[in-house]
Amino acid sequence: MSEELTIGFLPLVDACLPILAHERGFAEEQGLSLRFVRDISWATVLDRLLYGHSDAAHLLAPLAIATTLGHGRPAQPIAAPFVLGLNGNAITMRRDLADRIAPGDQLGDSRAVAARLVDEVQTQAANGKRLRFGVVHRYSSHNYMLRYWLASCGISPDQDIEIITIPPPFAADALAAGEIDGACVGEPWNSVSVERGVGAIVLATAQIWRRGVEKVLALREPVLEERRPAIEALIRAMRRAGEYFVDPANWQSVAALLARPEYLDGNEKLILNAISDRLVLRQGAEPVHYSDFMFQYREAANFPWVSQAEWLYSQMIRWEGLEFSAAHAKAAARVFRPDVYRSALIGTGDILPGASSKVEGSVSQPTSVTAQQGDMVLAQNSFFDGRVFDPDDIPGYLASLT
Amino acid sequence: MRIAIVDESAVRASIIEEGLAELEGCQIFVLTERHALLARIQEIEPDIVLIDLGNPSRDVLEEYFAVSRALARPIAMFVDEADDHAIAASIDAGVSAYVVDGLAAHRIRPLLDLAVKRFHAFARLQSDLAEAKGKLAERETIDRAKRILMDSKQISEPEAYGELRRKAMQSSKRIVEIAEAVVTAHELMGGE
Repeated sequence: MSEELTIGFLPLVDACLPILAHERGFAEEQGLSLRFVRDISWATVLDRLLYGHSDAAHLLAPLAIATTLGHGRPAQPIAAPFVLGLNGNAITMRRDLADRIAPGDQLGDSRAVAARLVDEVQTQAANGKRLRFGVVHRYSSHNYMLRYWLASCGISPDQDIEIITIPPPFAADALAAGEIDGACVGEPWNSVSVERGVGAIVLATAQIWRRGVEKVLALREPVLEERRPAIEALIRAMRRAGEYFVDPANWQSVAALLARPEYLDGNEKLILNAISDRLVLRQGAEPVHYSDFMFQYREAANFPWVSQAEWLYSQMIRWEGLEFSAAHAKAAARVFRPDVYRSALIGTGDILPGASSKVEGSVSQPTSVTAQQGDMVLAQNSFFDGRVFDPDDIPGYLASLT
Repeated sequence: MRIAIVDESAVRASIIEEGLAELEGCQIFVLTERHALLARIQEIEPDIVLIDLGNPSRDVLEEYFAVSRALARPIAMFVDEADDHAIAASIDAGVSAYVVDGLAAHRIRPLLDLAVKRFHAFARLQSDLAEAKGKLAERETIDRAKRILMDSKQISEPEAYGELRRKAMQSSKRIVEIAEAVVTAHELMGGE
């Protein structure tokens, strides 16, 4: 008998791994039967998870940490034993602004684009105005990546500009209506703005942090304990799904599958571009290839590095003006569960890193690292400004950022 | 008590509004427009905000509440843990509630119970409607099939119906399924 798991998700390309696990038989091979609940707000995905409508959910990694720490809702411990992917988001701005700060037919240099944005911000300020950018959620890597980039280039995200929350499906409308000047959202929503001619892509978030943590598979901690064998089976199924997902031979059929009404209900062509790391930056332009725009499989991409959770925690307190708390840092770190990932995959031959934490952003060229299982090579994972994050010294890191 | 109902379905919003009207001392505001939602909420200064789970503006609203912590009347997700059952019931019904900080649980619960009842009532209404619509569509298909048979076999309406019925009984199918087959076959053969 197969065991049923219900998974909540938002219609975004990076919900692909559980969907593929279901549709391509990997879940079934593991004795699982998956059911999906699609929603249109993260608040509802989270409520369904907390009140048992779903067993697991496709969730913003920072939101899993915020929920554990009791930000916005009564605290409930969330566990994330699997990272659904790295990056896959981009920054889109209204056409005229994009043409000025990111001219050219390729993605620009992160620093050069920001330097030109500084001029725009100053021009606006001279007129008593501020640019306004939309992000998908307060507790999202979109918010943290955008802020990281701006702040590192001398733009205060709270004083010099304004950041608001916008549901990704409405980003194009908001750009068209002049309600926002730019947005940092996941695919296919940047491409939708481009296709409608209301915006142009100026930067991929992979240009801010080459290996930035994005969505996770989130569960309530007690559910993880109760359903541990099934969750481990799901992890194995999703690793197989990842292997399938990154094979170019499958891209066309994966795009067609994800575009279906019950999943993304979206444009197959735009989805195909995203999963093949291609971006059309401006309406009518040829797609630009940017390698590892989305990163779902290689280098044990799904391994929940504790240091990733700690980086997210550092950004949370940075932008909410909170004091560093060793207890909170520990609780945040515990959200990511490499122990579960390891026990699911030990003996399968899949690669498992030797460590569970690393100095984030420290790898500038392909580097062999110790592995518990398989051969592990990490490629460049740097932040665009060359800073590194040492999880053992969060206060020191935060001090260096101000 | 000032209650804001945020729902893009005007019909459901009015059903909930009607249900809550029986509560004494409540002023109810219905917001069905996504545009300028936050500005309206700010104007209304509600003690309670009810919003359906399928509403795309939930994240925007929660962001506003998060920022509102700095305001005089901060609004939070309904947090009284003793009332977790009430929240679970409301989530099950498809509605979430945000409550101004410090509002007593005994004032919230009857309201939430009513909202849940009205949400359920709306869901029933919707499924009745869907069923009625389905029946109507079936009726139309059977009528079309009868007309096809009447034209092609030069038979009367009762005879055409009799044929559909006989075939349905023979193949232990529903009449509407036979009618659908007739209509599809007719379309394939170049009929309208």
